[in-house]
Amino acid sequence: MIEARGLSKKYHDTLVLKDVSLKISKGGLTSIIGPNGAGKSTLLSMISRLTPMSAGTVEIDGLDVTRTPGHELAKRLSILRQHNESTLRLTVRDLVAFGRFPHSRGRLTAEDQQHIDEAIHYLELGEYQNRHLDELSGGQRQRAYVAMVMSQNTDYVLLDEPLNNIDMRHAVGMMQLLRRAADEKGKSVVVVLHDINFASCYSDHIIAMRGGQLAYQGTPEQIIRSDVLSDLYDIPTSVHELNGQRICMYFRELI
Amino acid sequence: MGLNPRGKLLLSLTALLALLSVVGFMTLNVQSDWGFIMEYRGSRLLGMLLVAITMGLATVVFQTVTHNRILTPSLMGFDVLYVLVHSLALLVWGAEQSTNWPIELRFIVEVAAMVAIALLLFRLLFTGSVRGLHVLILLGMVGGLLFRELADLALRIFDPSEFSIQQGSGVANFNRINLKLLWIGLVGVGLCSTLLFHFRRQLDVLSLGRDVAINLGIPYIKTITLLMLAISVLISISTALVGPLLFFGLLMANLAYWLTGSHQHRWTLPASVLAGIVCLVGGQVVFEHLLSSGLPLAMVIELCGGVLFIVLLLRGVKQ
Repeated sequence: MIEARGLSKKYHDTLVLKDVSLKISKGGLTSIIGPNGAGKSTLLSMISRLTPMSAGTVEIDGLDVTRTPGHELAKRLSILRQHNESTLRLTVRDLVAFGRFPHSRGRLTAEDQQHIDEAIHYLELGEYQNRHLDELSGGQRQRAYVAMVMSQNTDYVLLDEPLNNIDMRHAVGMMQLLRRAADEKGKSVVVVLHDINFASCYSDHIIAMRGGQLAYQGTPEQIIRSDVLSDLYDIPTSVHELNGQRICMYFRELI
Repeated sequence: MGLNPRGKLLLSLTALLALLSVVGFMTLNVQSDWGFIMEYRGSRLLGMLLVAITMGLATVVFQTVTHNRILTPSLMGFDVLYVLVHSLALLVWGAEQSTNWPIELRFIVEVAAMVAIALLLFRLLFTGSVRGLHVLILLGMVGGLLFRELADLALRIFDPSEFSIQQGSGVANFNRINLKLLWIGLVGVGLCSTLLFHFRRQLDVLSLGRDVAINLGIPYIKTITLLMLAISVLISISTALVGPLLFFGLLMANLAYWLTGSHQHRWTLPASVLAGIVCLVGGQVVFEHLLSSGLPLAMVIELCGGVLFIVLLLRGVKQ
């Protein structure tokens, strides 16, 4: 379980996160949604120790993230942020192999190779595995980074806007993959999403944030409702049930 | 993950060339007895080898830590920072009449001061809000200029005799290596290069960027601080031995990337040192014995490095 207590973040004099306390239970897929500047990414990067907190604590299965040694946490929790640009000329396989670093400290064993193969296969990168990252499309590169996180094989997988810059087909592919990681491998997946309909169709749990605070949280049935979403994003929305999925319409206001 | 065949071939060739340079430097045109040659040429050779190791390792590691292939510790003014500390130290030593301290001890004190200042600067640069390579290059250039001017100012306050001793140290010279610091330099280089090679796998991970490195369990601040400490010590040693070298490290690091075609520090670190040995020792052999030219080697190397810097900058601008 991920447990945050009284989490705050201050940049200079502005509070971007105000006293957020929440629990994310083990297993399943949790989405974090909310308007720009709601503090979604800040929350995710503080949970994953990338950003130091101004106040509050975060515990992963009872381990305080600021006090537990980095290599211990790296075996339990992985994080992928939005901008992953490397100046290096790495092949896909080299990159994915880095995911094994917390386990093997850079000396790859046969077991590591197995995990690498599995992650490459899982993200359907087999035919690209010996290509260099700069020869891939944006979507393929994104998948290569997700494969690295998958080969890290942690219980908790945190992703900051994994659907950014990828097309519909790959976005659906990515969400299906994360869903499978939760269902088949028992991972706890936490994603920041901008597309609320993806959040609606794939999540077990949704956390809605606004203005640096926790606004709502619950199941998709509780959150994907026109009154909740209209309030959260401050625009008129309507929610319709299509083929058993709750879809939010907000593209053009009906007069 | 080994090296590709091209990298293997080029690296072996470089190693062979480095060996030939060393042998050539020691044996070409020997006219006096061997005891003298061993002492005279041997000590100069050791000095140049130390410079090759310090500049190569320090530059490659610095570029990994800062995620770029243009910026080097010298461009950020680390070497002139040492000159500044050294000049200030001379003022203090002179004033307190404590010049009876052994030179090694004075050197250690200067390096300690240099490391402290460098770490402080680095903290300011990398934990603050300064992001982006261009800002960093600009700050480095300005910092370098500032240190250079301050060092000049310090020199002008000297007595005329001290000034003349100190004057030469503004420009690198491989014919006038500070042999008194050879042994302490050897110890420092030995310690730092062992440390850096021990960290080769962590360095591979660090080159992926801060966030990925933390995700993969690297204690980021601790590791970076330790690496910067080693870089500062290495640059101090190099500058104390031959004087400031602005573009030499850039040349070596980029030669190393090109030779190996690899991102792995187990290859790029040794490759940068070998490339440095070929440039320094090989260059000295060519200039002294084959061309019998009086052209200073340091200048030629700096010119090549300078051209490379402009090429890299232009390519960076295009991207």
